[in-house]
Amino acid sequence: MSENAYKAGVKEYREKYWTPDYAPLDTDLLACFKVTGQPGVPREEVAAAVAAESSTGTWSTVWSEFLTDMEYYKGRAYRIEDVPGDSESFYTFIAYPLDLFEEGSIVNVLTSLVGNVFGFKALKHLRLEDIRFPMAFIKTCGGPPAGIQVERDRLNKYGRPLLGATIKPKLGLSAKNYGRAVYECLRGGLDLTKDDENVNSQPFMRWRDRFEFVAEAIRKAEMETGERKGHYLNVTAATPEDMYERAEFAKELGMPIIMHDFLTGGFTANTGLANYCRKNSMLLHIHRAMHAVIDRHPKHGIHFRVLAKCLRLSGGDHLHTGTVVGKLEGDRNSTLGFVDQLRESFVPEDRSRGVFFDQDWGSMPGVFAVASGGIHVWHMPALLNIFGDDSVLQFGGGTQGHPWGNAAGAAANRVALEACVKARNEGRELEREARDILGTAARTSPELAIAMETWKEIKFEFETVDKLDI
Amino acid sequence: MSNNYTEGDFQTAQTLETFGFLPKLTQEEIHAQIAYIIANNWTPAIEHEHPTGSSNHYWTMWKLPFFGERDLGKVVDELEACGRAYPDHHIRLLGYDNYTQSQGSAFVVREGRV
Repeated sequence: MSENAYKAGVKEYREKYWTPDYAPLDTDLLACFKVTGQPGVPREEVAAAVAAESSTGTWSTVWSEFLTDMEYYKGRAYRIEDVPGDSESFYTFIAYPLDLFEEGSIVNVLTSLVGNVFGFKALKHLRLEDIRFPMAFIKTCGGPPAGIQVERDRLNKYGRPLLGATIKPKLGLSAKNYGRAVYECLRGGLDLTKDDENVNSQPFMRWRDRFEFVAEAIRKAEMETGERKGHYLNVTAATPEDMYERAEFAKELGMPIIMHDFLTGGFTANTGLANYCRKNSMLLHIHRAMHAVIDRHPKHGIHFRVLAKCLRLSGGDHLHTGTVVGKLEGDRNSTLGFVDQLRESFVPEDRSRGVFFDQDWGSMPGVFAVASGGIHVWHMPALLNIFGDDSVLQFGGGTQGHPWGNAAGAAANRVALEACVKARNEGRELEREARDILGTAARTSPELAIAMETWKEIKFEFETVDKLDI
Repeated sequence: MSNNYTEGDFQTAQTLETFGFLPKLTQEEIHAQIAYIIANNWTPAIEHEHPTGSSNHYWTMWKLPFFGERDLGKVVDELEACGRAYPDHHIRLLGYDNYTQSQGSAFVVREGRV
Protein backbone atom coordinates (compact mmCIF):
# COMPACT_ATOMS: atom_id res chain seq x y z
CA MET A 1 0.00 0.00 0.00
CA SER A 2 1.32 3.50 -0.82
CA GLU A 3 2.33 5.90 1.91
CA ASN A 4 -0.53 8.18 0.91
CA ALA A 5 -3.21 5.61 1.50
CA TYR A 6 -5.46 5.85 4.54
CA LYS A 7 -4.93 3.20 7.16
CA ALA A 8 -6.98 3.45 10.33
CA GLY A 9 -5.21 3.04 13.64
CA VAL A 10 -2.83 4.65 16.08
CA LYS A 11 0.59 5.79 14.86
CA GLU A 12 3.54 6.86 16.90
CA TYR A 13 3.61 10.63 17.05
CA ARG A 14 7.33 10.80 16.29
CA GLU A 15 6.86 9.37 12.80
CA LYS A 16 5.25 12.61 11.77
CA TYR A 17 5.96 15.28 14.38
CA TRP A 18 9.61 14.72 15.38
CA THR A 19 11.71 16.43 12.70
CA PRO A 20 15.25 17.04 14.03
CA ASP A 21 16.48 18.15 10.58
CA TYR A 22 13.91 20.94 10.27
CA ALA A 23 15.29 24.50 10.00
CA PRO A 24 12.62 26.85 11.40
CA LEU A 25 11.36 29.58 9.10
CA ASP A 26 11.38 33.28 10.00
CA THR A 27 7.60 33.18 9.79
CA ASP A 28 7.21 30.20 12.14
CA LEU A 29 5.96 30.72 15.64
CA LEU A 30 8.47 28.93 17.87
CA ALA A 31 7.79 27.61 21.35
CA CYS A 32 9.94 26.09 24.04
CA PHE A 33 8.30 23.72 26.50
CA LYS A 34 9.76 22.16 29.60
CA VAL A 35 8.45 18.60 29.41
CA THR A 36 8.24 15.99 32.13
CA GLY A 37 7.02 12.74 30.57
CA GLN A 38 5.64 9.66 32.25
CA PRO A 39 8.45 7.19 33.03
CA GLY A 40 9.46 4.91 30.16
CA VAL A 41 8.20 7.02 27.25
CA PRO A 42 11.07 8.09 24.92
CA ARG A 43 11.80 11.83 24.82
CA GLU A 44 11.28 12.08 21.06
CA GLU A 45 7.86 10.50 21.35
CA VAL A 46 6.80 12.85 24.14
CA ALA A 47 8.13 15.91 22.30
CA ALA A 48 6.35 14.85 19.12
CA ALA A 49 3.14 14.30 21.07
CA VAL A 50 3.31 17.85 22.42
CA ALA A 51 3.84 19.19 18.89
CA ALA A 52 0.97 17.13 17.55
CA GLU A 53 -1.54 17.81 20.30
CA SER A 54 -0.84 21.57 20.21
CA SER A 55 -1.24 21.75 16.44
CA THR A 56 -2.89 19.47 13.92
CA GLY A 57 -2.74 16.05 15.50
CA THR A 58 -5.14 13.82 17.30
CA TRP A 59 -4.59 10.45 18.97
CA SER A 60 -5.82 8.42 16.00
CA THR A 61 -5.24 8.75 12.28
CA VAL A 62 -8.33 10.12 10.55
CA TRP A 63 -9.20 9.82 6.86
CA SER A 64 -9.92 13.54 6.42
CA GLU A 65 -6.26 14.38 7.05
CA PHE A 66 -5.72 13.25 3.51
CA LEU A 67 -7.93 16.04 2.14
CA THR A 68 -5.34 18.64 3.15
CA ASP A 69 -1.59 19.06 3.16
CA MET A 70 -0.67 18.12 6.71
CA GLU A 71 3.00 18.69 5.95
CA TYR A 72 2.16 22.36 5.49
CA TYR A 73 0.08 22.77 8.65
CA LYS A 74 1.65 20.50 11.24
CA GLY A 75 3.69 21.67 14.21
CA ARG A 76 7.17 20.15 14.39
CA ALA A 77 9.30 19.25 17.38
CA TYR A 78 12.76 20.09 16.04
CA ARG A 79 15.05 20.10 19.05
CA ILE A 80 15.43 18.49 22.46
CA GLU A 81 17.72 19.77 25.20
CA ASP A 82 18.54 18.73 28.72
CA VAL A 83 17.30 20.87 31.58
CA PRO A 84 20.45 21.67 33.60
CA GLY A 85 20.40 19.89 36.94
CA ASP A 86 17.14 18.05 36.26
CA SER A 87 17.27 14.51 34.84
CA GLU A 88 13.49 14.07 34.88
CA SER A 89 12.60 16.92 32.50
CA PHE A 90 13.83 18.20 29.15
CA TYR A 91 13.19 21.15 26.85
CA THR A 92 11.56 20.67 23.52
CA PHE A 93 11.44 23.29 20.79
CA ILE A 94 8.46 23.31 18.47
CA ALA A 95 7.87 25.25 15.25
CA TYR A 96 4.31 26.14 14.24
CA PRO A 97 3.48 27.42 10.75
CA LEU A 98 2.08 30.97 10.78
CA ASP A 99 -1.19 29.92 9.14
CA LEU A 100 -2.22 27.96 12.22
CA PHE A 101 -3.12 31.24 13.93
CA GLU A 102 -5.65 33.96 13.31
CA GLU A 103 -4.09 37.38 12.70
CA GLY A 104 -3.92 39.55 15.83
CA SER A 105 -5.39 36.85 18.09
CA ILE A 106 -3.41 36.04 21.21
CA VAL A 107 -6.48 34.05 22.25
CA ASN A 108 -6.01 31.77 19.27
CA VAL A 109 -2.28 31.28 19.91
CA LEU A 110 -2.86 30.31 23.54
CA THR A 111 -5.83 28.09 22.79
CA SER A 112 -3.54 26.04 20.57
CA LEU A 113 -0.31 26.09 22.52
CA VAL A 114 -1.65 25.70 26.04
CA GLY A 115 -4.91 23.94 25.23
CA ASN A 116 -5.69 20.23 25.55
CA VAL A 117 -2.04 19.31 25.47
CA PHE A 118 -1.59 20.34 29.11
CA GLY A 119 -3.94 17.60 30.24
CA PHE A 120 -2.34 14.95 28.10
CA LYS A 121 -1.91 11.71 30.04
CA ALA A 122 1.53 10.86 28.65
CA LEU A 123 2.82 13.96 30.42
CA LYS A 124 3.42 14.38 34.10
CA HIS A 125 4.05 18.10 33.79
CA LEU A 126 4.31 20.61 30.99
CA ARG A 127 5.44 24.20 31.09
CA LEU A 128 5.46 26.71 28.26
CA GLU A 129 8.77 28.50 28.81
CA ASP A 130 8.95 30.92 25.90
CA ILE A 131 7.41 31.83 22.55
CA ARG A 132 9.23 33.44 19.64
CA PHE A 133 6.58 35.47 17.85
CA PRO A 134 7.45 36.00 14.17
CA MET A 135 7.40 39.58 12.90
CA ALA A 136 4.68 38.57 10.45
CA PHE A 137 2.40 37.87 13.44
CA ILE A 138 3.52 40.84 15.53
CA LYS A 139 2.57 43.19 12.72
CA THR A 140 -1.04 41.99 12.98
CA CYS A 141 -1.34 42.93 16.69
CA GLY A 142 -2.37 46.36 17.99
CA GLY A 143 -0.12 46.31 21.03
CA PRO A 144 0.05 49.03 23.68
CA PRO A 145 -2.58 51.75 23.18
CA ALA A 146 0.06 54.46 23.65
CA GLY A 147 3.43 53.02 24.64
CA ILE A 148 6.19 54.40 26.85
CA GLN A 149 7.19 57.32 24.64
CA VAL A 150 3.66 58.63 24.11
CA GLU A 151 2.77 58.22 27.79
CA ARG A 152 5.82 60.26 28.85
CA ASP A 153 4.86 63.00 26.42
CA ARG A 154 1.23 63.06 27.56
CA LEU A 155 2.12 63.10 31.24
CA ASN A 156 5.19 65.35 30.81
CA LYS A 157 7.46 63.06 32.87
CA TYR A 158 11.01 62.47 31.72
CA GLY A 159 14.29 61.11 32.96
CA ARG A 160 12.91 59.14 35.90
CA PRO A 161 10.54 56.31 36.79
CA LEU A 162 6.92 57.27 37.45
CA LEU A 163 5.75 57.08 41.03
CA GLY A 164 2.49 55.45 42.08
CA ALA A 165 0.52 53.83 44.88
CA THR A 166 -2.38 51.47 45.24
CA ILE A 167 -5.06 53.02 47.43
CA LYS A 168 -5.52 51.23 50.77
CA PRO A 169 -7.41 49.73 52.48
CA LYS A 170 -8.09 47.96 49.25
CA LEU A 171 -11.68 47.16 50.09
CA GLY A 172 -14.32 48.88 52.18
CA LEU A 173 -13.84 52.62 51.72
CA SER A 174 -16.69 54.84 50.60
CA ALA A 175 -16.21 56.68 47.33
CA LYS A 176 -15.66 60.04 48.99
CA ASN A 177 -13.13 58.72 51.50
CA TYR A 178 -11.41 56.84 48.71
CA GLY A 179 -11.09 60.02 46.62
CA ARG A 180 -9.60 61.71 49.69
CA ALA A 181 -6.86 59.07 49.87
CA VAL A 182 -6.17 59.60 46.15
CA TYR A 183 -6.00 63.38 46.51
CA GLU A 184 -3.59 63.17 49.45
CA CYS A 185 -1.21 60.86 47.57
CA LEU A 186 -1.23 63.01 44.43
CA ARG A 187 -0.80 66.37 46.14
CA GLY A 188 2.14 64.90 48.06
CA GLY A 189 4.08 64.17 44.89
CA LEU A 190 2.96 60.86 43.37
CA ASP A 191 2.25 60.87 39.65
CA LEU A 192 -0.35 58.11 39.65
CA THR A 193 -2.57 56.20 42.03
CA LYS A 194 -4.26 52.89 41.42
CA ASP A 195 -7.47 51.04 42.18
CA ASP A 196 -6.67 47.77 43.85
CA GLU A 197 -7.42 44.87 41.53
CA ASN A 198 -10.35 43.69 43.63
CA VAL A 199 -12.00 47.09 43.46
CA ASN A 200 -14.66 46.75 40.78
CA SER A 201 -18.12 47.92 41.82
CA GLN A 202 -18.99 46.50 45.20
CA PRO A 203 -21.88 47.55 47.45
CA PHE A 204 -19.64 49.73 49.64
CA MET A 205 -18.43 51.78 46.63
CA ARG A 206 -20.14 51.67 43.26
CA TRP A 207 -17.93 52.38 40.27
CA ARG A 208 -19.67 55.57 39.11
CA ASP A 209 -19.33 57.22 42.53
CA ARG A 210 -15.67 56.23 42.73
CA PHE A 211 -14.93 57.62 39.26
CA GLU A 212 -16.55 60.98 40.06
CA PHE A 213 -14.76 61.53 43.37
CA VAL A 214 -11.42 60.36 41.96
CA ALA A 215 -11.81 62.75 39.01
CA GLU A 216 -12.28 65.65 41.42
CA ALA A 217 -9.24 64.53 43.42
CA ILE A 218 -7.07 64.48 40.28
CA ARG A 219 -8.25 67.87 39.05
CA LYS A 220 -7.59 69.49 42.42
CA ALA A 221 -4.14 67.91 42.78
CA GLU A 222 -3.17 68.97 39.25
CA MET A 223 -4.26 72.54 39.87
CA GLU A 224 -2.40 72.80 43.15
CA THR A 225 0.86 71.13 42.10
CA GLY A 226 1.03 72.20 38.45
CA GLU A 227 1.98 68.62 37.53
CA ARG A 228 0.04 66.06 35.52
CA LYS A 229 -1.66 63.35 37.58
CA GLY A 230 -3.71 60.23 36.99
CA HIS A 231 -5.48 57.35 38.70
CA TYR A 232 -5.93 53.91 37.17
CA LEU A 233 -9.70 53.51 37.20
CA ASN A 234 -10.30 49.77 37.20
CA VAL A 235 -12.90 48.97 34.55
CA THR A 236 -12.57 45.18 34.95
CA ALA A 237 -16.15 43.94 35.14
CA ALA A 238 -18.39 40.91 34.90
CA THR A 239 -19.24 41.47 31.23
CA PRO A 240 -17.65 43.31 28.30
CA GLU A 241 -20.71 45.57 28.18
CA ASP A 242 -20.16 46.68 31.79
CA MET A 243 -16.46 47.14 31.10
CA TYR A 244 -17.04 49.45 28.15
CA GLU A 245 -19.71 51.41 30.00
CA ARG A 246 -17.16 52.16 32.73
CA ALA A 247 -14.43 53.00 30.23
CA GLU A 248 -16.81 55.36 28.46
CA PHE A 249 -17.60 57.22 31.69
CA ALA A 250 -13.90 57.56 32.52
CA LYS A 251 -13.43 59.09 29.09
CA GLU A 252 -16.32 61.52 29.67
CA LEU A 253 -14.63 62.62 32.89
CA GLY A 254 -11.44 63.29 30.92
CA MET A 255 -9.44 60.67 32.81
CA PRO A 256 -6.04 59.88 31.28
CA ILE A 257 -5.76 56.21 32.28
CA ILE A 258 -7.91 53.17 33.05
CA MET A 259 -7.06 49.69 34.23
CA HIS A 260 -7.76 46.05 33.44
CA ASP A 261 -6.90 42.66 34.91
CA PHE A 262 -5.76 40.76 31.83
CA LEU A 263 -5.80 37.20 33.12
CA THR A 264 -9.02 37.12 35.14
CA GLY A 265 -10.69 39.37 32.54
CA GLY A 266 -9.24 37.37 29.69
CA PHE A 267 -7.39 38.20 26.48
CA THR A 268 -10.53 38.85 24.45
CA ALA A 269 -11.62 41.57 26.86
CA ASN A 270 -8.08 42.90 27.14
CA THR A 271 -7.47 43.21 23.41
CA GLY A 272 -10.83 44.89 22.91
CA LEU A 273 -10.20 47.34 25.73
CA ALA A 274 -6.72 48.14 24.39
CA ASN A 275 -8.29 48.97 21.04
CA TYR A 276 -10.82 51.18 22.81
CA CYS A 277 -8.06 53.02 24.67
CA ARG A 278 -6.06 53.58 21.49
CA LYS A 279 -9.13 54.97 19.77
CA ASN A 280 -9.94 57.29 22.67
CA SER A 281 -6.44 58.44 23.66
CA MET A 282 -6.50 56.78 27.06
CA LEU A 283 -3.67 54.87 28.71
CA LEU A 284 -4.19 51.31 29.92
CA HIS A 285 -2.71 49.92 33.12
CA ILE A 286 -2.62 46.14 33.37
CA HIS A 287 -2.80 44.14 36.58
CA ARG A 288 -1.94 40.42 36.62
CA ALA A 289 -4.13 38.74 39.24
CA MET A 290 -4.03 34.92 38.83
CA HIS A 291 -0.57 34.93 37.25
CA ALA A 292 1.09 33.01 40.10
CA VAL A 293 -1.46 30.21 39.69
CA ILE A 294 -0.24 29.84 36.13
CA ASP A 295 3.45 30.72 36.34
CA ARG A 296 4.88 29.85 39.74
CA HIS A 297 5.31 26.07 39.49
CA PRO A 298 8.75 25.42 37.94
CA LYS A 299 7.54 22.40 35.95
CA HIS A 300 3.96 23.14 35.03
CA GLY A 301 2.03 26.02 33.55
CA ILE A 302 3.20 29.04 31.59
CA HIS A 303 6.22 31.13 32.48
CA PHE A 304 5.41 34.79 33.09
CA ARG A 305 7.75 35.84 30.27
CA VAL A 306 5.22 34.28 27.89
CA LEU A 307 2.29 36.04 29.55
CA ALA A 308 4.23 39.32 29.41
CA LYS A 309 4.92 38.90 25.69
CA CYS A 310 1.27 38.06 25.09
CA LEU A 311 0.20 41.18 26.97
CA ARG A 312 2.50 43.43 24.93
CA LEU A 313 0.83 42.10 21.79
CA SER A 314 -2.71 42.15 23.19
CA GLY A 315 -2.22 45.68 24.48
CA GLY A 316 -1.38 47.54 27.69
CA ASP A 317 0.79 50.51 28.62
CA HIS A 318 1.81 49.25 32.07
CA LEU A 319 2.29 45.69 33.31
CA HIS A 320 3.08 44.46 36.81
CA THR A 321 6.35 42.52 36.87
CA GLY A 322 7.05 42.03 40.56
CA THR A 323 9.65 43.99 42.48
CA VAL A 324 12.47 41.46 43.06
CA VAL A 325 13.06 43.12 46.45
CA GLY A 326 9.54 43.37 47.92
CA LYS A 327 7.01 40.96 49.39
CA LEU A 328 6.22 39.01 46.20
CA GLU A 329 8.13 36.24 44.42
CA GLY A 330 10.61 37.20 41.72
CA ASP A 331 14.16 36.20 40.76
CA ARG A 332 16.28 39.18 39.62
CA ASN A 333 17.67 37.80 36.35
CA SER A 334 14.42 36.17 35.35
CA THR A 335 12.55 39.44 36.04
CA LEU A 336 15.07 41.42 33.98
CA GLY A 337 14.51 38.89 31.19
CA PHE A 338 10.82 39.62 30.85
CA VAL A 339 11.14 43.33 31.62
CA ASP A 340 13.28 43.49 28.46
CA GLN A 341 10.49 41.78 26.53
CA LEU A 342 8.11 44.56 27.56
CA ARG A 343 10.31 47.50 26.66
CA GLU A 344 12.99 46.70 24.07
CA SER A 345 12.72 46.49 20.30
CA PHE A 346 15.03 43.47 20.13
CA VAL A 347 15.85 40.97 22.87
CA PRO A 348 18.60 38.41 22.14
CA GLU A 349 18.52 34.81 23.41
CA ASP A 350 20.06 34.74 26.88
CA ARG A 351 19.65 31.60 28.98
CA SER A 352 21.08 33.37 32.04
CA ARG A 353 17.89 35.45 31.97
CA GLY A 354 15.62 32.61 30.88
CA VAL A 355 15.28 33.96 27.33
CA PHE A 356 15.15 31.01 24.91
CA PHE A 357 14.85 32.85 21.60
CA ASP A 358 15.93 36.02 19.86
CA GLN A 359 12.81 38.17 19.81
CA ASP A 360 12.44 41.02 17.34
CA TRP A 361 9.61 43.38 18.35
CA GLY A 362 10.02 45.71 15.39
CA SER A 363 8.12 48.94 15.91
CA MET A 364 5.79 47.58 18.62
CA PRO A 365 5.54 50.28 21.35
CA GLY A 366 7.01 49.50 24.76
CA VAL A 367 5.20 48.77 28.02
CA PHE A 368 6.17 50.32 31.36
CA ALA A 369 7.29 47.70 33.91
CA VAL A 370 5.38 48.17 37.16
CA ALA A 371 7.07 47.25 40.45
CA SER A 372 4.52 47.04 43.23
CA GLY A 373 4.10 45.14 46.48
CA GLY A 374 5.82 45.53 49.81
CA ILE A 375 8.33 48.20 48.80
CA HIS A 376 9.36 51.32 50.70
CA VAL A 377 11.93 54.13 50.58
CA TRP A 378 14.85 51.89 51.56
CA HIS A 379 14.25 49.82 48.41
CA MET A 380 14.45 52.87 46.12
CA PRO A 381 18.16 52.59 45.14
CA ALA A 382 17.82 48.90 44.24
CA LEU A 383 14.53 49.46 42.40
CA LEU A 384 16.05 52.20 40.24
CA ASN A 385 19.03 49.95 39.45
CA ILE A 386 16.85 46.98 38.57
CA PHE A 387 14.05 48.67 36.67
CA GLY A 388 15.64 51.84 35.26
CA ASP A 389 13.66 54.87 34.16
CA ASP A 390 10.96 53.16 32.09
CA SER A 391 9.09 51.82 35.08
CA VAL A 392 6.35 52.71 37.53
CA LEU A 393 7.37 52.23 41.16
CA GLN A 394 4.32 51.77 43.35
CA PHE A 395 4.45 52.22 47.08
CA GLY A 396 1.07 51.41 48.63
CA GLY A 397 1.79 50.73 52.28
CA GLY A 398 5.06 52.58 51.74
CA THR A 399 3.13 55.79 51.07
CA GLN A 400 -0.06 55.47 53.10
CA GLY A 401 1.63 53.88 56.09
CA HIS A 402 3.65 57.05 56.73
CA PRO A 403 3.13 58.36 60.30
CA TRP A 404 1.97 61.74 58.95
CA GLY A 405 -0.30 60.34 56.24
CA ASN A 406 -0.45 59.92 52.48
CA ALA A 407 0.82 63.33 51.34
CA ALA A 408 3.90 63.16 53.55
CA GLY A 409 4.44 59.52 52.51
CA ALA A 410 4.19 60.49 48.85
CA ALA A 411 6.67 63.34 49.34
CA ALA A 412 9.11 60.99 51.10
CA ASN A 413 9.02 58.63 48.12
CA ARG A 414 9.34 61.43 45.59
CA VAL A 415 12.35 62.91 47.39
CA ALA A 416 13.97 59.47 47.67
CA LEU A 417 13.35 58.75 43.99
CA GLU A 418 14.71 62.06 42.77
CA ALA A 419 17.75 61.82 45.06
CA CYS A 420 18.51 58.38 43.61
CA VAL A 421 18.02 59.52 40.00
CA LYS A 422 20.28 62.51 40.60
CA ALA A 423 22.94 60.32 42.25
CA ARG A 424 22.80 57.74 39.46
CA ASN A 425 23.24 60.48 36.83
CA GLU A 426 26.25 61.74 38.80
CA GLY A 427 27.79 58.28 38.40
CA ARG A 428 27.37 57.13 41.98
CA GLU A 429 26.78 53.47 42.92
CA LEU A 430 23.22 53.42 44.16
CA GLU A 431 23.01 50.20 46.11
CA ARG A 432 26.42 50.53 47.74
CA GLU A 433 25.92 54.20 48.66
CA ALA A 434 22.22 53.90 49.48
CA ARG A 435 22.54 54.94 53.09
CA ASP A 436 24.50 58.07 52.25
CA ILE A 437 22.32 59.09 49.30
CA LEU A 438 19.06 58.69 51.20
CA GLY A 439 20.52 60.10 54.43
CA THR A 440 21.67 63.26 52.68
CA ALA A 441 18.27 63.72 51.02
CA ALA A 442 16.52 63.24 54.37
CA ARG A 443 18.38 66.20 55.87
CA THR A 444 16.16 68.58 53.87
CA SER A 445 13.07 66.34 53.92
CA PRO A 446 11.62 65.54 57.36
CA GLU A 447 9.03 63.37 55.55
CA LEU A 448 11.81 61.15 54.19
CA ALA A 449 13.64 61.08 57.53
CA ILE A 450 10.53 59.74 59.29
CA ALA A 451 9.85 57.24 56.49
CA MET A 452 13.39 55.88 56.75
CA GLU A 453 12.98 55.50 60.50
CA THR A 454 9.57 53.79 60.15
CA TRP A 455 10.63 51.11 57.66
CA LYS A 456 14.26 50.56 58.51
CA GLU A 457 13.79 46.97 59.72
CA ILE A 458 11.35 45.66 57.12
CA LYS A 459 12.82 43.11 54.74
CA PHE A 460 11.31 40.26 52.76
CA GLU A 461 14.01 37.62 52.47
CA PHE A 462 12.68 34.26 51.31
CA GLU A 463 14.08 31.90 48.71
CA THR A 464 12.56 32.17 45.24
CA VAL A 465 10.36 29.14 44.47
CA ASP A 466 10.71 29.32 40.69
CA LYS A 467 14.44 29.53 40.01
CA LEU A 468 16.02 29.66 36.55
CA ASP A 469 17.51 26.32 35.46
CA ILE A 470 21.06 27.43 34.77
CA MET B 1 9.12 72.93 48.35
CA SER B 2 7.61 74.91 51.18
CA ASN B 3 9.63 76.75 53.79
CA ASN B 4 7.05 77.13 56.52
CA TYR B 5 7.15 73.75 58.10
CA THR B 6 4.98 72.40 60.87
CA GLU B 7 5.59 68.81 61.81
CA GLY B 8 2.86 66.53 60.50
CA ASP B 9 1.27 69.17 58.28
CA PHE B 10 2.17 68.72 54.66
CA GLN B 11 1.80 71.85 52.55
CA THR B 12 1.08 71.26 48.88
CA ALA B 13 3.68 72.89 46.66
CA GLN B 14 3.82 73.91 43.01
CA THR B 15 6.53 71.74 41.51
CA LEU B 16 8.00 71.40 38.04
CA GLU B 17 8.38 67.63 37.61
CA THR B 18 11.79 65.90 37.80
CA PHE B 19 13.97 67.19 40.67
CA GLY B 20 11.09 69.44 41.77
CA PHE B 21 11.25 67.86 45.23
CA LEU B 22 14.99 68.37 45.75
CA PRO B 23 16.65 71.51 47.10
CA LYS B 24 17.70 73.93 44.35
CA LEU B 25 20.61 72.32 42.47
CA THR B 26 24.02 73.97 42.88
CA GLN B 27 26.09 74.98 39.83
CA GLU B 28 28.23 71.90 40.38
CA GLU B 29 25.20 69.62 40.51
CA ILE B 30 23.80 71.15 37.33
CA HIS B 31 27.13 70.55 35.61
CA ALA B 32 27.01 66.88 36.61
CA GLN B 33 23.57 66.52 35.03
CA ILE B 34 24.78 68.18 31.81
CA ALA B 35 27.72 65.76 31.78
CA TYR B 36 25.23 62.87 32.11
CA ILE B 37 23.29 64.12 29.06
CA ILE B 38 26.48 64.43 27.01
CA ALA B 39 27.79 61.03 28.15
CA ASN B 40 24.58 59.41 26.90
CA ASN B 41 25.03 61.04 23.48
CA TRP B 42 21.77 62.90 23.93
CA THR B 43 21.32 66.36 22.47
CA PRO B 44 21.27 69.14 25.08
CA ALA B 45 18.51 71.69 24.58
CA ILE B 46 17.14 74.64 26.53
CA GLU B 47 13.54 75.80 26.91
CA HIS B 48 12.13 78.75 28.80
CA GLU B 49 8.65 79.90 29.72
CA HIS B 50 6.94 82.48 31.88
CA PRO B 51 5.67 80.77 35.05
CA THR B 52 2.03 81.43 34.07
CA GLY B 53 2.51 79.14 31.06
CA SER B 54 4.49 76.38 32.74
CA SER B 55 1.78 73.71 32.50
CA ASN B 56 1.80 73.76 28.68
CA HIS B 57 3.48 70.90 26.84
CA TYR B 58 5.42 73.36 24.74
CA TRP B 59 7.74 75.91 26.26
CA THR B 60 9.66 78.31 24.05
CA MET B 61 12.93 76.94 22.67
CA TRP B 62 16.13 78.87 23.29
CA LYS B 63 17.79 78.75 19.87
CA LEU B 64 17.98 75.24 18.39
CA PRO B 65 18.98 72.11 20.33
CA PHE B 66 22.78 71.89 20.51
CA PHE B 67 23.29 68.99 18.11
CA GLY B 68 26.60 67.23 18.54
CA GLU B 69 27.69 69.46 21.43
CA ARG B 70 30.26 67.68 23.63
CA ASP B 71 31.48 70.72 25.54
CA LEU B 72 29.84 71.10 28.92
CA GLY B 73 31.04 74.70 29.20
CA LYS B 74 29.19 75.76 26.06
CA VAL B 75 25.90 74.38 27.41
CA VAL B 76 26.49 76.28 30.66
CA ASP B 77 27.13 79.48 28.67
CA GLU B 78 23.88 79.04 26.77
CA LEU B 79 21.95 78.48 30.02
CA GLU B 80 23.37 81.72 31.35
CA ALA B 81 22.63 83.62 28.15
CA CYS B 82 19.04 82.36 28.19
CA GLY B 83 18.72 83.39 31.84
CA ARG B 84 19.91 86.91 31.09
CA ALA B 85 17.55 87.27 28.14
CA TYR B 86 14.51 86.05 30.12
CA PRO B 87 15.18 86.99 33.73
CA ASP B 88 11.69 86.13 35.01
CA HIS B 89 11.21 82.84 33.10
CA HIS B 90 11.57 79.20 34.13
CA ILE B 91 14.54 77.65 32.37
CA ARG B 92 14.59 73.93 31.61
CA LEU B 93 17.43 71.78 30.34
CA LEU B 94 16.64 68.65 28.37
CA GLY B 95 18.48 65.84 26.68
CA TYR B 96 16.85 64.68 23.44
CA ASP B 97 17.26 60.94 22.86
CA ASN B 98 16.86 60.34 19.13
CA TYR B 99 16.67 56.54 19.59
CA THR B 100 13.62 56.55 21.89
CA GLN B 101 12.31 59.79 20.36
CA SER B 102 11.85 60.98 23.92
CA GLN B 103 13.77 63.04 26.42
CA GLY B 104 16.28 61.06 28.47
CA SER B 105 16.52 63.94 30.90
CA ALA B 106 14.51 67.10 31.58
CA PHE B 107 14.63 69.30 34.64
CA VAL B 108 14.21 72.91 35.58
CA VAL B 109 17.55 74.61 36.14
CA ARG B 110 16.16 77.90 37.36
CA GLU B 111 12.66 78.83 38.50
CA GLY B 112 11.23 82.11 37.28
CA ARG B 113 9.46 84.69 39.40
CA VAL B 114 5.68 84.36 39.57
